[in-house]
Amino acid sequence: MASTHILSAYDDELKYLSRRISEMGGLAEQMCSDAVRALVNADSALAQKVISDDVILDHAEREIGDKAIVTIARRQPVATDLREIVGSLRIASDLERVGDLGKNTAKRVIAVQGTGVPRKLARGLEHLSDLALVQLKDVLDVYATRSAEKAEAIRSRDEEIDAMYTSLFRELLTYMMEDPRNITTCTHLLFCAKNIERIGDHATNIAETIYYMTTGAQPEGDRPKDDSSNTLGAITE
Amino acid sequence: MNMMSEAAVEKALDQKMSEVSYKMIGKDVSVYYGEKRALFDVNLNVRENTVTALIGPSGCGKSTFLRTLNRMNDTIENCRVTGKITLDTDDIYDANIDVVELRARVGMVFQKPNPFPKSIYENISYGPRIHGLARNKADMDQIVEASLQRAGLWTEVKDRLHESGTGLSGGQQQRLCIARAVAVSPEVILMDEPCSALDPIATAKVEELIHELRANYTIVIVTHSMQQAARVSQRTAMFHLGNLVEENDTDKMFTNPDDQRTQDYIMGRFG
Repeated sequence: MASTHILSAYDDELKYLSRRISEMGGLAEQMCSDAVRALVNADSALAQKVISDDVILDHAEREIGDKAIVTIARRQPVATDLREIVGSLRIASDLERVGDLGKNTAKRVIAVQGTGVPRKLARGLEHLSDLALVQLKDVLDVYATRSAEKAEAIRSRDEEIDAMYTSLFRELLTYMMEDPRNITTCTHLLFCAKNIERIGDHATNIAETIYYMTTGAQPEGDRPKDDSSNTLGAITE
Repeated sequence: MNMMSEAAVEKALDQKMSEVSYKMIGKDVSVYYGEKRALFDVNLNVRENTVTALIGPSGCGKSTFLRTLNRMNDTIENCRVTGKITLDTDDIYDANIDVVELRARVGMVFQKPNPFPKSIYENISYGPRIHGLARNKADMDQIVEASLQRAGLWTEVKDRLHESGTGLSGGQQQRLCIARAVAVSPEVILMDEPCSALDPIATAKVEELIHELRANYTIVIVTHSMQQAARVSQRTAMFHLGNLVEENDTDKMFTNPDDQRTQDYIMGRFG
């Protein structure tokens, strides 16, 4: 931010929001990466940690909400300041959802623990999660710089995750068809894959919010999508 | 389709208003106080039935511009106005213009409530009387009541019309001054920080009044309170160092202004 407010306390409040969002982002990122690691390595202790970390994230979201409301009431923000604060609220809620998705993935670790995850599927999930986490990490970096162009670039990258998710979906179906005993594990893994794919969507939401915060305009055009899993298997038979 | 929401109706009205002609047009308006130039070629058009707010830091020229609109600057020695200002099609700086008549068409409400030290009734009836707007007592009574109604003051003062106007509270005095301005049926009402001496409740009443008056009058208001500009106006003009920086829809002005100086000013920032 090039200029500062005449009232320095106002700046402090905005900085507080910005700092808390970054902290939330860091924690959400960590939770998701831990959840996938716990899944792949059948590490229930790590899964447990992810589950308990979610409380911190929920708490942070509420604190950001409270602070934003107080700031709006006291400062009557306009223009960039107003968009900044409304943006913080939206991003905080996206990050809170990301945490929930990580937590849900972690919960499934316990369910699939007995059977173990086939190596090939584990690699697929890891790859999907790498893509989603890079997306999340990048969008958090863009948040720090408030660059509209970079936000737009991230928004158009969600396609890759969608494509990867569709291919994983197909693979899981194949496993289930091969041997019905795989169904329990594969269904859980399918939910995990969906969770991870949703993380990418939230990262995209955040990118759109940053774009709006910076420019005051909504990003143009539909976001690119390559998720065809919703029609997968529909035509066969 | 015919179930238009209130907001949609308001928007359609605004749209319609933006299509109609400008009530006042200021073209290349410059003002000099002696050697000192206070306004630099301001081009600002005032839309009919619209509240236009003039904002900007102290000394930016917003009050100076406001006062050119009914030639209040004429009373200041050494003050010279160049450029052209029209009311409908009349050039208000034309030599043939009757300034008294101009000020009846373009009324003014000042920062400090300034009722005459006379009764409430006489405060209102003075203008209509000198302009010959009432034929008889009944006519005048009617004008006084209608003006006080318009200013939202009637129910508060109807039983004490013959008490002194200066005995009212500050907020009531200001609404009395608005009623007085309205009494001569002006087309445009200029307001120079009409609420800066009022408490929040009285301010809210005056703002509500401004909102209602918009249906019948064109209003130009100078205000130091950005929030007031945001609350009452449809158009906002930002002045800085004697220049008009930006004039825009108020909605746009307070969410995403075009000019960096506007942005810095309304957000309480400095560059």
